[in-house]
Amino acid sequence: MRRPWRSRLAAAAAAVVAVGGLAACGSAESGPPTLTWYINPDDGGQAKIAASCTAASGGKYTIATSTLPREASEQRQQLVRRLAANDSSIDIMSLDPPYIPEYAQAGFLAPVPPDVASRVTQGTVQSAIDGATWNGKLVTVPFWANTQLLWYKKSAAAAAGLDMTKPVTWEQLIQAAGKANTNIAAQGRRAESLTVWFNALLASAGGAVIAKNSTDPTQIQLGLQTPAGDRAAQVMSEFANSGREGPAFSTAGEDESVAAFQAGTAGWMVNWPFVWSKAKSGVKGGTLSQSVVDDYGWAIYPRVDADKDAAPPYGGINLGVGAFSKHPDLAYAATECITSTANQKDYFLTNGNPASRASVFSDPEVLKDFPMAPTIEQSLQLAAPRPQTPYYSEVSGSIQREYHPPANVSPATGASTTELIQAVLSGRQLL
Amino acid sequence: MTTTVPPAPPTTRAPAHAAPSGASDRAKAEQRLGWYLAGPAFAVMLLVTAYPIGQAVYQSLFAYRLTDPENRRFVGLNNYAVVLTDAIWWQSIATTVLITVVTVAVELVLGFLLAMVMATALRAIRPVVRAAILLPYAIITVVSAFAWQFAFDLNSGFVNSWFSWIPGISATTDWFGSFGSSITVICLAEIWKTTPFISLLLLAGLAQVPEVLQEAAKVDGATWWQRMWRVTIPNMKAAIMVALLFRTLDAFRVFDSIFVMTAGANGTESVSFLAYRQTIARLEVGLGSAVSVLLFLAVVLIAFGFIRGFKVDLSQARGEK
Repeated sequence: MRRPWRSRLAAAAAAVVAVGGLAACGSAESGPPTLTWYINPDDGGQAKIAASCTAASGGKYTIATSTLPREASEQRQQLVRRLAANDSSIDIMSLDPPYIPEYAQAGFLAPVPPDVASRVTQGTVQSAIDGATWNGKLVTVPFWANTQLLWYKKSAAAAAGLDMTKPVTWEQLIQAAGKANTNIAAQGRRAESLTVWFNALLASAGGAVIAKNSTDPTQIQLGLQTPAGDRAAQVMSEFANSGREGPAFSTAGEDESVAAFQAGTAGWMVNWPFVWSKAKSGVKGGTLSQSVVDDYGWAIYPRVDADKDAAPPYGGINLGVGAFSKHPDLAYAATECITSTANQKDYFLTNGNPASRASVFSDPEVLKDFPMAPTIEQSLQLAAPRPQTPYYSEVSGSIQREYHPPANVSPATGASTTELIQAVLSGRQLL
Repeated sequence: MTTTVPPAPPTTRAPAHAAPSGASDRAKAEQRLGWYLAGPAFAVMLLVTAYPIGQAVYQSLFAYRLTDPENRRFVGLNNYAVVLTDAIWWQSIATTVLITVVTVAVELVLGFLLAMVMATALRAIRPVVRAAILLPYAIITVVSAFAWQFAFDLNSGFVNSWFSWIPGISATTDWFGSFGSSITVICLAEIWKTTPFISLLLLAGLAQVPEVLQEAAKVDGATWWQRMWRVTIPNMKAAIMVALLFRTLDAFRVFDSIFVMTAGANGTESVSFLAYRQTIARLEVGLGSAVSVLLFLAVVLIAFGFIRGFKVDLSQARGEK
């Protein structure tokens, strides 16, 4: 009796699949067009914005969200593969800024209408506009802007006698952590976070990964073999060998840093502002005591040299419209709704992701929930973008390969990385 | 093809013609039947295996970046030259060979022991024992890789606290921080996951050893060890070789555990991971295809080496995988 039952089940399954397929075909034809928004995973904020913008459109369009993988590099892999196959289901994409030149150069982004461009850049912080631009043209719509802060435990700073209201250097931090007998949490893992850290060190020392840009991969000139490059390598190596970098530094990412900071094994930490939302939800969930969060302090990212400004990492998300979308005009209308000041503020409050519009940072509601908002805005003004090139993943991948583990970094690393990037970009070497 | 079709008994088919031409007719008919039976499978194989392989070989001759299709150009065997002269390729080969040799050797011994347990367990508990032993094999590799990663992770893992009495393991031991310890965890995960497969093949081999031989040896006064070495293992040679071959080919393509645990850091990159990174992460379809083709050739080489070198009879394994 088993066999007929099974074959009936199989037939039923086939019928369900067939009907489902037909239904999918049918729904595309009638009603308002559905815009698919590929989002990076968050705490549900983008899905909520999608629903409210669908309602606000007055029946002109419906926004459906589709969640991408967690890692930015994997998000890129999935989107690029689909776009290379001219996928018309990609209407709106939440894009990590460093990869935007690659999309733009490959013709994967629908051009931004001039009127939209002027509206969405009004009152937007400069680093977010820079991150949405390629070759002098705005190619994406700034959504939210991120930057790393220097988080500290007030108790640790007091124990070390370090005045955190003044700019601090990495060397001062290492000394202070020694005095307070605690660690500094940073991201030494062989991942994008390592490029983020290295780029911040290099920019703080007055350098840049790409000295002279080009769309021809063989013509890109690098700035790693410079005094600034040497200085960045020196700070990196000193930190990684200081004994204050904490256990498992060479495999620590942002989440590991938060864990160490919450647990109290680290008294200082460089990290994105999501740590604040995470701390608050920890208190709400009963996994973290309020006294720990009360001890949290924040300051601008550490300097490399006392006489030079810090160059904190810049991140965030910008919205791109797929070049093969069937409704680019509606998609751009939707991005304007998504990135409205009200939505940016709401997203900041609910998901902890800072806005790209400057006015949000002085909003009383935002200040109440995020007392560090002015520090974030100040940090965004100082923030340095990662190298802008269509070959970003090669450049970043080479940096990750050569500067990992950070404990083995020396000034010679700049030379070997320059050689590697040039060989990789001209197709002479694997990465 | 025809050799695998058992000859029909002469009584079932009356020869229509005279002996010589009749035999050839029958042979022809059998050959045709063989093609009819194997044809569809052959066509499907061509479609799903030969076509992608051919496509990869073709693409490996071009410098081709997925985001820059206009600048695709023919470079001949240059991609192969780039791959074969690159230290990364040889390092990934060395890592892959190390993982393959270690895991297959340990799995063979462990798998044999488990097969013995399965074969000789009491009838009442036999199904439970078999299910327990086979369970890891039923788990998706990525899931098992995550389980092992969580177990050894500094923050979420229990290994450091459970085994802190072993010298060298403490609360701050970073298993994924160096080559030796990461490769150990990767091998452990692989061994845990695929030993059941080897033991399943070996169990089939154990069942093939004729009981009369065992009894004869017993009567001759052979000890348990002597029976094991002189009777059981020689009679299982084919099964052991097939198990080794399948596992070696499988182990050589190791990907999931490395992807999940280290993402190739600290020199733990395998050849498949290298191919994945060139093709999927870097979008360098040409270079990645060259790596894939070389990986394919390496696997073919291993298979031929086994079949020729150890005279493995693949027909022994039919229906077992």
